Amino acid sequence: MYSNQVIDHYQNPRNVGSLDKESEDVGTGVVGAPECGDVMKLQIEVQDGVITDARFKTFGCGSAIASSSLATEWLKGRTLDDATSIRNSDIAKELALPPVKIHCSVLAEDAIRQAIADYQAKQEGK
Amino acid sequence: MDTHRLVYLDHQATTPVDPTVLEAMLPYFGQHFGNAASKGHDFGWAAEKAVDQARESLAAGIGARAREIVFTSGATEADNLAVLGAARMYQTKGQHLISCATEHKAVLDPMQALQAQGYEVTFLGVDAQGRIDLDELRAAIRPDTVLVSIMHGNNEVGNLHPIAEIGAICREHGALFHTDATQTLGKEEIDVDAMNIDLLSASAHKLYGPKGIGMLYVRRRNPRVRLEAIMFGGGHERGLRSGTLNVPGIVGFAKALELCLADRAGQQQRIGALRDRLQKSILERLDFVEFNGDPEHRLACNLNLSFAFIEGESLIMGIPGIAVSSGSACTSASLEPSYVLRAMGVGDELAHSSIRFGIGRFNSEEEIDYVADAVVAAVKRLREMSPLYEMALEGIDLSSVQWQGH
Repeated sequence: MYSNQVIDHYQNPRNVGSLDKESEDVGTGVVGAPECGDVMKLQIEVQDGVITDARFKTFGCGSAIASSSLATEWLKGRTLDDATSIRNSDIAKELALPPVKIHCSVLAEDAIRQAIADYQAKQEGK
Repeated sequence: MDTHRLVYLDHQATTPVDPTVLEAMLPYFGQHFGNAASKGHDFGWAAEKAVDQARESLAAGIGARAREIVFTSGATEADNLAVLGAARMYQTKGQHLISCATEHKAVLDPMQALQAQGYEVTFLGVDAQGRIDLDELRAAIRPDTVLVSIMHGNNEVGNLHPIAEIGAICREHGALFHTDATQTLGKEEIDVDAMNIDLLSASAHKLYGPKGIGMLYVRRRNPRVRLEAIMFGGGHERGLRSGTLNVPGIVGFAKALELCLADRAGQQQRIGALRDRLQKSILERLDFVEFNGDPEHRLACNLNLSFAFIEGESLIMGIPGIAVSSGSACTSASLEPSYVLRAMGVGDELAHSSIRFGIGRFNSEEEIDYVADAVVAAVKRLREMSPLYEMALEGIDLSSVQWQGH
């Protein structure tokens, strides 16, 4: 039922945790809703335009957990520009998500965009 | 994939065939393979004799007469025959039916099909424990109400409806009473006369019998209930259900019920004690766990809990090898969380977090402890990963958050 990639991320999630959401170097994205069965919180820490750390916490099914775990793995070391190029289809493909779980990868892409937007808003507000 | 120890705790979905049941069935596949409708030779007679004995036995198990039992392919067909058959037969008397929001789909879907054909259906709501209001039932019955269909035991949350009281109300008001007893036959006491039940559905595979065989009890006296058939071709079962009888299934069904009734009280007590042990063990070690259902009137084998802040499917993934089911949308084809929990007013977020444990005859105390430990460990691990748990610990009221749902 689950791909080996999803099981691996579910059993050994990368980068679970939280960064200081008040920090100017941290961007936070929270997407989804409890009544829909999935909420993802994804955070990035940025130094000189490069993502140096990424963390997630997810309420959701195994595929949602795996999608956010994979997203944090891919975000680390990327520039912000490069990070915006991550597509949900890439995540879905890497995790071999079935059609019914594609929305999990969509949620992860949304979380990435929101975290970046949050960071950029903080920089502009300086 | 890793190999895991297997523990089956999904006995509301189905049960294994008891070895004694299987043994009773085996001769009817090869040695006595005859068609029970073949009236002219020994092969047919042997099959007919077995069916007659099984019919007697099953009828006796619910306080009915053999001629009142109609064999079907399962409880779904029995529910369809009861609801559609009664509605169509009595349509000149009235076209109003009453049911309940938490019924099984095998009752709800034919009710909705009737609505589409112009019948009127009142679906009674339930309270937070899943109980119907008997005064609301009384008030809903009208002169043109032909059938009331309320299940005995709920398959998701396990609460027991007071069918004797419902039966008395229906009798008093002149409406027929159908109950889906799929979850309770062989477990709870059932007496169709004492309880004023006119139609009753059941299925063998929920009580350690085989899949593919069920029955509908159809009252023949005081009052005589008449149904319009929904299956045609051969006029079997006194015209109510055409189709060659599933002789091994019928024999197995009867044997399965006999086994259940031989030690009904003892089994109920033993299984209820295991259920209580599981519930206590989990609740003692975890906070934010909601009990779903009626704490007082419930199936001994059922436990339905919502583990707040984690999603049901992810919990099931975290207890590999342990078979339970979830009210989470992710485990259903519909992508909607449990309509039963919804009807009880359980929020969707807790419906997504619900797990149903169904304990059975062959479960041991040691298995229960193993499951409790696994569930507690998985819930703790997943909560460490849950943004909702983190927010709750920070004191944030989750209902006040502006979520960006999809």
